[in-house]
Amino acid sequence: MDFTTLIQLLDSTIRSATPLLLACLAGLYSERSGIFDIGLEGKMLAAAFFSAAVAFLSGSAWIGLAAGIASSVTLALIHALASINFRGNQLISGVAINFLAAGMTVLVAEAWFSQGGRTPSLVGLARFEPIKLPFADQVAEFPFLGPIYAELLSGHSILVYVALAMVPMTWWVLYRSRFGLRLRAVGEAPEAVDTAGVSVIRLRYQAVIICGVLCGIAGAYMATGLQANFTKDMTANRGFIALAALIFAKWRPWHALMACLLFGFLFAIETRFQKIDLLGVTLPLQFVQALPYVLTVVILAGFVGRATPPRAGGEPYVKER
Amino acid sequence: MTLMTKCLGAAAMLSLSAGAALSEPALIFDLGGKFDKSFNEAAYNGAKRWVEDTGGSFREIELQSEAQREQALRRFAEAGFNPVITMGFAMADPLSNVAPDYPDTKFTAVDVTWLDAPNIRQIGFAEHEGSYLVGMLAAMASESGTVGFVGGMDIPLIRHFGCGYAQGAMAVNPDIKIIANMTGTTPAAWNDPVKGSELTKAQISQGADVVYAAAGGTGVGVLQTAADEGILSIGVDSNQNHLHPGKVLTSMLKRVDVAVYDAMTAGENLETGVFTLGLAEDGVGYALDEHNAALISDEMKAEVDAAREAIIAGELNVVGYYENDSCPVIDF
Repeated sequence: MDFTTLIQLLDSTIRSATPLLLACLAGLYSERSGIFDIGLEGKMLAAAFFSAAVAFLSGSAWIGLAAGIASSVTLALIHALASINFRGNQLISGVAINFLAAGMTVLVAEAWFSQGGRTPSLVGLARFEPIKLPFADQVAEFPFLGPIYAELLSGHSILVYVALAMVPMTWWVLYRSRFGLRLRAVGEAPEAVDTAGVSVIRLRYQAVIICGVLCGIAGAYMATGLQANFTKDMTANRGFIALAALIFAKWRPWHALMACLLFGFLFAIETRFQKIDLLGVTLPLQFVQALPYVLTVVILAGFVGRATPPRAGGEPYVKER
Repeated sequence: MTLMTKCLGAAAMLSLSAGAALSEPALIFDLGGKFDKSFNEAAYNGAKRWVEDTGGSFREIELQSEAQREQALRRFAEAGFNPVITMGFAMADPLSNVAPDYPDTKFTAVDVTWLDAPNIRQIGFAEHEGSYLVGMLAAMASESGTVGFVGGMDIPLIRHFGCGYAQGAMAVNPDIKIIANMTGTTPAAWNDPVKGSELTKAQISQGADVVYAAAGGTGVGVLQTAADEGILSIGVDSNQNHLHPGKVLTSMLKRVDVAVYDAMTAGENLETGVFTLGLAEDGVGYALDEHNAALISDEMKAEVDAAREAIIAGELNVVGYYENDSCPVIDF
């Protein structure tokens, strides 16, 4: 494998990892606050649809992004209402959101655009076009570092940089800010937070809303950055892969980045090399395509050490137990 | 168990038949969905044309899961729809279970040609012949000497497309490099445009400047990325030239619409048996319209039309993937 191929492979890794990363960080906020969220997939899907639809109607990718985030936050609030206020089962609420989004997006798309559950193609400003970082053309000729900057780092949509910037920001919020301390505490021992006079419900709502915003960006990136329209079920289970990555990362932001890049890298390998020659044996396409999922199973089976979820995760908080 | 399914079916019939006149045709779309801009949409267009021409009406269902195949088939047959038209190779097993139970109902199966039943009209297409022609066009339009193929689900039918395409490209340029990729190995591969985009980008980075998508809804992503990156693409099944005018080189037409139209027109008097529609029957071909007129020069057209004549006359043999379950020129 030569250097150019490697760069292209890593470039593809970044594109594939971005929606995973955003969804993974979204899940991180929610689960750190004690609200399990398997509805990441549904929120991304809803955001993908509404961002594409509104971007088409308004002609602006940014207005589309706002609509995508709004729809995702709406679903997040439904989840919050069910699991925080009504103390419902968080897994069931998450599944319901996934089903709701899968059906609703196609139904509304058909009603608005009559194109069989897809949205019309976006052109021009209605899409997030790749942006060139400054001096990308000038340094491209430089050996080694030039291509890394010009090909790998430059030329992604703005949302990719937003996703990458979210990692240090999440780290800072989680480990250096007062809000983060309380957020971590409310996922481990909500009664302690409550005793300290901080509202558990308010904190959990804040976390779930942040989760909705990040899922919204992930969905908008897929529909208006990677693609130029919404198609039925276009998230293709990436929300669940993100959940696996979150557990792999043991609910830590930098590890989440690594986990998502690893999954992205496996997807990139799968699309680039459909057959791999390893020590004289040709691994068939089926094996290569199964790799990300095999990895998921291996991870979830606990081969990478013990992943302990936040202690109060999945438990509705009841005052004065 | 059979008795029970019959009873349940009969109950379903009572509720269904209330509004259905006897012997209306019914159409079952495959998992890609009615508006996949490709295979299933071609069937829908054929049915729509039949409605416009005759004023008749038909029932339809878009399958959502594998489990619905037999259920939908049985319900339509119970309710007296005739003929019942199915789309896609995956209907073969459900058909072989259901068709013998309804000897008076005629079935039409598009993309199924190997069943042994007296009441099924089985329609196959010579996809390799049509793909051969677009493969020639791809090789003539390519400047880099590398062309790509993106398949949907990895099944023999899609390899059949790819094999014809590769032979056509090699007929024009024996040294051409052909990159063939499959989207996946499950039916989800028909509906993953994001992955289609990623595959296209990977092929472009390997030098491809014409990409042929035979991938249902996934192909929408392939065509989009090709247009974005400034290379040419080739659509499939329906005429997809209009999706990105001037950037889609051509489309490999598979006249599913004609097959559906004919089946609906024949109605109950449908002739059953196995039919293969190739270039000679205009069952396959390549699309030429105002959107790609500038891309296809007169020389290209003349050369492809000559090959078409030669295939019809039997002077040129395009090897199908089915013949040996392998392709002589490309390894998938």
